[in-house]
Amino acid sequence: MIAFKNSFRELLRYPSAIVGLLVIFILLGVAVYALVTIPYSEAIRLWRGGEDVWYQNPKYASPEWFNFFTSKKEPLSFLANTADGSMTKTVTSSTADISTVEMTYSFDYTYDDYPQEIILYFSPKFNEKLPFVSIAWYTPDGRKIRIADIAVDRKSSYRFSQDQKLQKSLRNEDVMQALFVDPHAENPTVVKGQYKLVISGTTFEKDSDLDVQFVFHGKVYGLAGTDKYRRDILLPLLYGTPIALAFGLLAALGTSVLTMIIAAIGTWYAGWVDELIQRITEINLVLPFLAILIMVGTFYSRSIWLMLGVTILLSIFSGQIKTYRAIFLQSKEASYIEAARAYGASDRRIIFSYLIPRMIPLLIPALVSSIPSFVFLEASLAVLGLGDPVLPTWGKVIDDAITDGAIYRGLYYWPLEPAALLMLTGLGFAMLGFALDRVFNPRLRDI
Amino acid sequence: MVTDTRSKVVKGEAEGARKVLLSIDDLHVWFELRRFGFGHAGYVKAVDGVTFDVHSGETIAVVGESGCGKSSLMKTILGLYKPTRGKVIFDGKNLSELDSAGMHWYHTRVGYVQQDPYGALPPFMTIERILEEPLIVGGVKKKEEREQRVRRAMEEVKLSPVADFLPKFPHMLSGGQQQRVVIARSMIMEPKFLVADEPVSMLDASVRVEILKLLRGLQESHHLSVIYITHDLSTVSYFSERIFVMYAGNLVEKAKVRQVLDNPLHPYTMALLTGTSEPDAKNAETFKEIPPGEPPSLVNPPSGCRFHPRCSKMIKGLCEIEEPPDFEPEPGHLVACWLYK
Repeated sequence: MIAFKNSFRELLRYPSAIVGLLVIFILLGVAVYALVTIPYSEAIRLWRGGEDVWYQNPKYASPEWFNFFTSKKEPLSFLANTADGSMTKTVTSSTADISTVEMTYSFDYTYDDYPQEIILYFSPKFNEKLPFVSIAWYTPDGRKIRIADIAVDRKSSYRFSQDQKLQKSLRNEDVMQALFVDPHAENPTVVKGQYKLVISGTTFEKDSDLDVQFVFHGKVYGLAGTDKYRRDILLPLLYGTPIALAFGLLAALGTSVLTMIIAAIGTWYAGWVDELIQRITEINLVLPFLAILIMVGTFYSRSIWLMLGVTILLSIFSGQIKTYRAIFLQSKEASYIEAARAYGASDRRIIFSYLIPRMIPLLIPALVSSIPSFVFLEASLAVLGLGDPVLPTWGKVIDDAITDGAIYRGLYYWPLEPAALLMLTGLGFAMLGFALDRVFNPRLRDI
Repeated sequence: MVTDTRSKVVKGEAEGARKVLLSIDDLHVWFELRRFGFGHAGYVKAVDGVTFDVHSGETIAVVGESGCGKSSLMKTILGLYKPTRGKVIFDGKNLSELDSAGMHWYHTRVGYVQQDPYGALPPFMTIERILEEPLIVGGVKKKEEREQRVRRAMEEVKLSPVADFLPKFPHMLSGGQQQRVVIARSMIMEPKFLVADEPVSMLDASVRVEILKLLRGLQESHHLSVIYITHDLSTVSYFSERIFVMYAGNLVEKAKVRQVLDNPLHPYTMALLTGTSEPDAKNAETFKEIPPGEPPSLVNPPSGCRFHPRCSKMIKGLCEIEEPPDFEPEPGHLVACWLYK
């Protein structure tokens, strides 16, 4: 315990260790935050829920903070709803059956670009007669544009830019451009100011009612942007953190600890046990690691935990066993081991209390430094199309981005965000590992 | 005149009634040499026909140069090596016939003091843990009892104040203190028998006497039998009753300390004694005659008497042909040399 405290104090003398620890603590914090705030089922729902879950988000939207760095401010996304009062709704009954529902929404628009899409989701209440709505758009420069007059069926939605009638009447294929840009200006620019959407509905039944949700798809979204399926990339970035750390940590711990124990057992018992372990190691060294993982992923299961198991299994008998064996062969002959045998310590006690503790100083830096390689392995598998089909992971985001050609479309944020996190993880553990190596290794010199 | 070693020695003792604690009977320890990892390529005959008894409360020094097999002899006595032939009988029980419970019992009866105190202490354990280990292994379950025994053992080797030493690591201690810890560890199970393998050879001259006095004191207060292994004859007289001189896997001379030191009979013993330095100004002027050549290979030891190629008193036609048995030219003084037939 004292030795541990001293090592820790010594560790803090290295700036790289402090930076590394800071990075690791931040990642751990993110991991804990993700696990606490997003329950597993919720994460899966948000990741794999389908269009019903993601409809509110724009497609391919950059992160909102892009606006800080660009002179051209991109519109944010928002939504308004008559059901929760964020959009005004007035109902006036003219006769017993017929009533008018007037829904308006005004908003300040100060961005330099027009949005991606505007969608209205109607949720009417009626028995037989469909309510009827006419939609109008008021621009700050005083133009009034009639958008559409439609009958509203149950669960119907209206997408502005996909209405061909509207495209024709506006004489512009890009409806959004037509709605937000002054057509008479020399340099067509976005008109800033207060826009107003007015939906005048008429219901034809006594108990009929009409609600609408106004979904405004800007061009930037959230902290991390969105992908092809309108999914918020922040979710896999957050939820991928505990998965990446767990995978890296478990794989590193599993392989290095098991490798060490097996090397110690082989060295201690010598004879055929040692021979067997040596030969297994040599065979394992020529087995193609990635190819086996790909086969398992292709033919059996792509579950990340199965991959973890196979990774550990294939990494136990690694070249590291030879390194450990070389050192164990040396410390096996130490006279304190002879003393332990003379007072009757069992083989198990000698292996676990005398041989292995001596190696802990070597194990810890190696373990910490090997964590990122396993985190990267998980990402590599995902990029190769062998990522876990269920879990939102960093590698899966990169895979989606690459499959969708994000780089060629200039959607750099999409693959680069998880890549940056991967690099940060690597950097954090590597910096800590280097410092640990320097702290622990002077002691190893006097083995 | 060939005599039976055991009966003679017992008779030679003043207190002949002393019980035989350890009896070594025609002990051979051979290590197989392998060629390319499997083919047989002969044996290293580290111990080749050694016979002696140790009585309870007796101290014996085994003297010999490096590589003469004294460490192998000692490790076989400790049960670390299996004898190739012959018997090690402790308290009437043959070691090679003991089961694991029996060996467990044996390990608690025998203490082991090593040569290099720093190497003998695991560097990653505190002194408290080091001393506790034999107790844990020996099945002392209660933590309080273990603590108490650790304290008692440390007081016995004069490591005080005890509380200061308990949390320390071996590298924080001086060589003498480390050796005291090693001795405390060997004594913690309260053994009857102690094997001390050159306990002072790695220590400063200034602390050697201290450690030897400590061992002597422990031997007396616990009525221990001690086998003291050394290559340094000058420390032998401190607390040994008998000396065994070992050469190339054999004991060539067995006698009381004074007999050997005053009247060495075997030519090898004579040479050893000549080689011992006494702090005397006269020694600077005198030329000492030491035996020529190297200690023989234990794989192919010389025929007959193993010392004959280096011996100045070799009898041609006898020494190189036939191995000498033990002769007893004076009571209690056994020597394996044809000069005394």
